[in-house]
Amino acid sequence: MIPVIRKKSAFRGLHLRENKFTASKPIEILPFPSKATVALQQSLGAPCKFIVERGNIVKTGQKIADSGNYVSAPIHSPVSGKIARITKLVNPSTSALMDAVIIESDGEDHWIEMEKKFDICNSGDYKKLKGIIDSLTDEVILALIRESGIVGLGGATFPTHVKLKPPPGKKIDIVILNGCECEPFITSDHRIMLEYGKQVLAGLYIISRILSPGEIYIAIEDNKRDAIEYISSLMEQMGFTDKYKVVSLPSRYPMGAEKSLIKTIVNRTVPMGGLPLDVGTVVNNVATAKAVYEAVIEGKPLVEKVVTVTGGFENPKNFLVRIGTPIIELIGLCGLREAKECRVIMGGPMMGNILVDTDFPVIKATNCILIMDGRESIEKNCINCGRCIRACPMNLMPLEYVRNVKKGNYGACRDYYIENCIECGSCAYVCPANIPIVGYIKTGKSMLPKK
Amino acid sequence: MAEEKASMAEKMVLSHAPHIWSGFSISKIMYIVVIALLFPAAASVYFFGYYALILLLVSTVSAVLTEFIIKKARKKKFVMDGSAVITGLLFALTLPPRVPIWMVVLGSVFSIAIAKEAFGGLGYNIFNPALAGRAFMTVCFSREMTTWVLPTYFKFDAVTGATPLSEGFVQQADRLSLYWNMFLGSTGGSLGETSALMILAGALILLALRIIDWRIPVFYLGTVALGSFLLGEDVIFQLLGGGLMIGAFFMATDYATSPVMGNGRIIFGVGLGILTLLFRQYSPMPEGVCFSILIMNAVTPLIDRYIKSVPFGYRRKGKNA
Ligand code: SF4
Ligand code: SF4
Repeated sequence: MIPVIRKKSAFRGLHLRENKFTASKPIEILPFPSKATVALQQSLGAPCKFIVERGNIVKTGQKIADSGNYVSAPIHSPVSGKIARITKLVNPSTSALMDAVIIESDGEDHWIEMEKKFDICNSGDYKKLKGIIDSLTDEVILALIRESGIVGLGGATFPTHVKLKPPPGKKIDIVILNGCECEPFITSDHRIMLEYGKQVLAGLYIISRILSPGEIYIAIEDNKRDAIEYISSLMEQMGFTDKYKVVSLPSRYPMGAEKSLIKTIVNRTVPMGGLPLDVGTVVNNVATAKAVYEAVIEGKPLVEKVVTVTGGFENPKNFLVRIGTPIIELIGLCGLREAKECRVIMGGPMMGNILVDTDFPVIKATNCILIMDGRESIEKNCINCGRCIRACPMNLMPLEYVRNVKKGNYGACRDYYIENCIECGSCAYVCPANIPIVGYIKTGKSMLPKK
Repeated sequence: MAEEKASMAEKMVLSHAPHIWSGFSISKIMYIVVIALLFPAAASVYFFGYYALILLLVSTVSAVLTEFIIKKARKKKFVMDGSAVITGLLFALTLPPRVPIWMVVLGSVFSIAIAKEAFGGLGYNIFNPALAGRAFMTVCFSREMTTWVLPTYFKFDAVTGATPLSEGFVQQADRLSLYWNMFLGSTGGSLGETSALMILAGALILLALRIIDWRIPVFYLGTVALGSFLLGEDVIFQLLGGGLMIGAFFMATDYATSPVMGNGRIIFGVGLGILTLLFRQYSPMPEGVCFSILIMNAVTPLIDRYIKSVPFGYRRKGKNA
């Protein structure tokens, strides 16, 4: 057996009620939607432009938007059919309007030509798989990842090919695969590890092949025993030994945040304003690793996501859905419970964004659709209790953001390093005055005077 | 699908992330403090009889009513969050056992109306309201505020006595039984300050639930202990005497009027200790806890301005590691 390393949390963190109702529910594959809405803005980096027009016929997996800039990820059609029209969507994380296309499916699902180099589901010849990966050059792998539109699926949506190509002079010696999934309710990564473990590990092999780190860690929270066991047994089966190590971590929120994770596993402190690569580390999420595998070995672009649909449902589920599927279709499949009011959240309860429109589609960043009851929250005065400070994994002083943003004193937020806030929500979760601190922080960040 | 969408659209409401909340609200915190305060309050009734009970009730009711009236007059929402109950109780606990009732009403109203609401209400007040009320009483009614009686239990014939810290306190019996009596509370003093035992019982709840930060009482009491030792005073006598215990655990730890950072709280506690030692050494007023805390309350904004957290990954400018 592969030994499992246990680590203590390097930060105080929160114990949250897990509510992972769907942890043991296998992923259901959902048929492609009759109409897909594909947003133009699905990742960080340079904005894309549509390269198709109204009336064009597209295949599933065909590129429909791209940018000339390297730091950007193209977007692909999740269905085959006709570009019906261009529309606008509200970006739930910024509330700004963005372009989108509506693609009417032809009911057939004709895929683009894809070159499948290996069949992981039916072949156990992992030596051959490694041989194939080892024979590819870095350039070929990175190009395949970019062309397939792979971005960080843990939530950051930064183009993966850029992350895997550190600037000259920066040596990466540690690669971490992030399977923490520290937010309550969400189980998509958990299910991916259990049902696509081989793809995930092969994806990790590809990532490590490019970066050639000295140590590779697979980080999983200890509330996912089955995943830890399954992944370690797979590693043995697939011959992933020596450099590869499984780390079992306590479930403390936000363990899955890159900086907290790196500190906990390798005790390195990402400098303020810096990136993990400044301390020789790259972190990738398990869903990203799976996508990398599919891109490089199967030539398959990112058009599907595993999404947990949970919260106020009779029958919460995990789905494999096409990007572009309106979330109302997912909601309809799980039996919404009666409630006077509800909140529709894309993402987890701590960091998810509220949706105003149930026609909003699944996007690359979507890992969960969460329905919660309405909550009456009366904001009180800050009582200076200091709980927010002690809860902050970044050691910030959230109460100062509230105070200064209320006064319109945005510049002062910088004196308290507001840019370092990762918007994890821990501060607002513990605040006895029920102050929506993250709301104030977002305002503060957006109003920050230029340096 | 269309119906489902329409029916959902009506119900959808907005909120900010995070969408879940610990539920550990101000009210919960305040009522736990109230429960903890019931320990010293019970001791005061045990030692000083029904009159103490009446004082406690009158003070609490006046405090809550005052807050209610002010909130209504200002057309703000009145929330029974328990903070006025704490102020009322704490205020009464700082009083000598035989203060006239009308004075208690006056002081309690002052605590809430002037020291708390005039500053903007809970969270914005600079001074601990109960102590501000007590200071007000000391200035206005200095005679009544220094009339001490020995514990009467439930008898009504009060014997005038002295608190262990006032001049003329007569040492009865041996040291050990004096300490023991001070610890239990049978030596006299303000309503709530007599029984160290009951104060500690209440404080233990607050410490265990992490409602108060241990740093403030530990550094406050520690400084007083060390200082008394260096000055050649009787350390145990100094720790158990006067309002030090209740002040350190229940008053100095008030969130709004104490620093927010751990290190700031240490400075605060040490500052309190030094001030209390000074007052006890040099002032004609033997009781320095109240004024020490009020002075440190005033210093708190300054401490908070300079004691900041060190963010994760912070590096000093110009240093590139
Ligand atoms: S949201 Fe920002 S300020 Fe609040 S706890 Fe998280 S990192 Fe700290
Ligand atoms: S947790 Fe809330 S009430 Fe307490 S200091 Fe922070 S902002 Fe203020």
